[in-house]
Amino acid sequence: MSENSDSTGLDRRAVVARLLADRGDLIVVTGLGSPTYDVAAAGDHDRNVYLWGAMGGAAVCALGIALARPDTPVVAVTGDGEMLMGMGSFATIAVQQPKNLTVIVLDNGLYGETGGQASHTAVADLAGIAKASGIADARVVTDMDAVEGLAARVGASGQGPCVAVVKIDRAEQERVLPTRDGHAVRIRVRQALGLSVD
Amino acid sequence: MNALHPQPMHVSPAGWPGDIFAALKAARVRQVAYVPDGGHAELIRAVHADTAMIGIPLTTEEEGVALVSGAWLGGDRACLLMQSSGVGNCVNMFSLIKNMGGPFLTFVTMRGEWGEFNPWQVPMGTATPDAFRLMGIHVLRASEPHEVGPAAAAGIRMAYEGGSAVAVLLSQQLIGAKVFVK
Repeated sequence: MSENSDSTGLDRRAVVARLLADRGDLIVVTGLGSPTYDVAAAGDHDRNVYLWGAMGGAAVCALGIALARPDTPVVAVTGDGEMLMGMGSFATIAVQQPKNLTVIVLDNGLYGETGGQASHTAVADLAGIAKASGIADARVVTDMDAVEGLAARVGASGQGPCVAVVKIDRAEQERVLPTRDGHAVRIRVRQALGLSVD
Repeated sequence: MNALHPQPMHVSPAGWPGDIFAALKAARVRQVAYVPDGGHAELIRAVHADTAMIGIPLTTEEEGVALVSGAWLGGDRACLLMQSSGVGNCVNMFSLIKNMGGPFLTFVTMRGEWGEFNPWQVPMGTATPDAFRLMGIHVLRASEPHEVGPAAAAGIRMAYEGGSAVAVLLSQQLIGAKVFVK
């Protein structure tokens, strides 16, 4: 593997900031590690659900929210390492066909949180796996024009589930750490949705 | 209904699966996630036949832990149906329940504890109550048919009214040991 100097991928912070720029009612679930920092860096928000663990669970956690609120767009922002751990959730999402769920996989081919070990996406095609699992709109995003298109897709609920594997560069970014208090997150999200706290 | 269950099937589960179904209905539980399981088969059929419920087949049990947490964040009551062999798959994912709080309710059909033919079921069957307790999940148990309804009602009350994490274990005596014939 090359060092973390890959310049062919997109800047993860720029991608996430663009995707969330016009977020409206969007609910965002983050996968542990860098995607959580990326989403926090784009701006803390009452409708952000930060997962600091539960690896493999971000996409299906987002599915649970999407099924509960079919008129609200929901996005999971996670990494290639987490998605590899929960690949079966592509099939689980495909069976449900939620119209309002998008799964964004920030794919740098690395486990950045644990020292940069190579991930299986050097050979495994997550978008292909998603498509073969029954998610018709499964795409690979490699330039900012495609990010623009994806931003429009993320905000528009009603088109069926989407999985977007965004090829990002391997540069490490400054950590932007949102709260690790899951109870506080739960209370804030539920209040933002007009629900009782408990 | 979904791609795997395009047609509603009209069923009214009898006996203790019907007692669980009635309790879930009364509590307005909407999302029911499950890993296919013979002990829960009648309940799963009833869920898919009910237009007020969403049956969500999973590929592995830990998906269900994350899914029901999300369901509740979004405003739905949800529960997870699984077999004792799947509980071990969930242990790390239970940290989501512990850290985020909110209700968690699972109904677990037990294998490997009573007349079990398959020794591969015995380790998780033996460890299931301790695995839940290790991760801070309260364990209720029903061993006879008449105990299932009250256990379901108690679990539902603790989860959805108290915000607790609860596992209702359904003993293998209820389901019967699977019989294999050579």
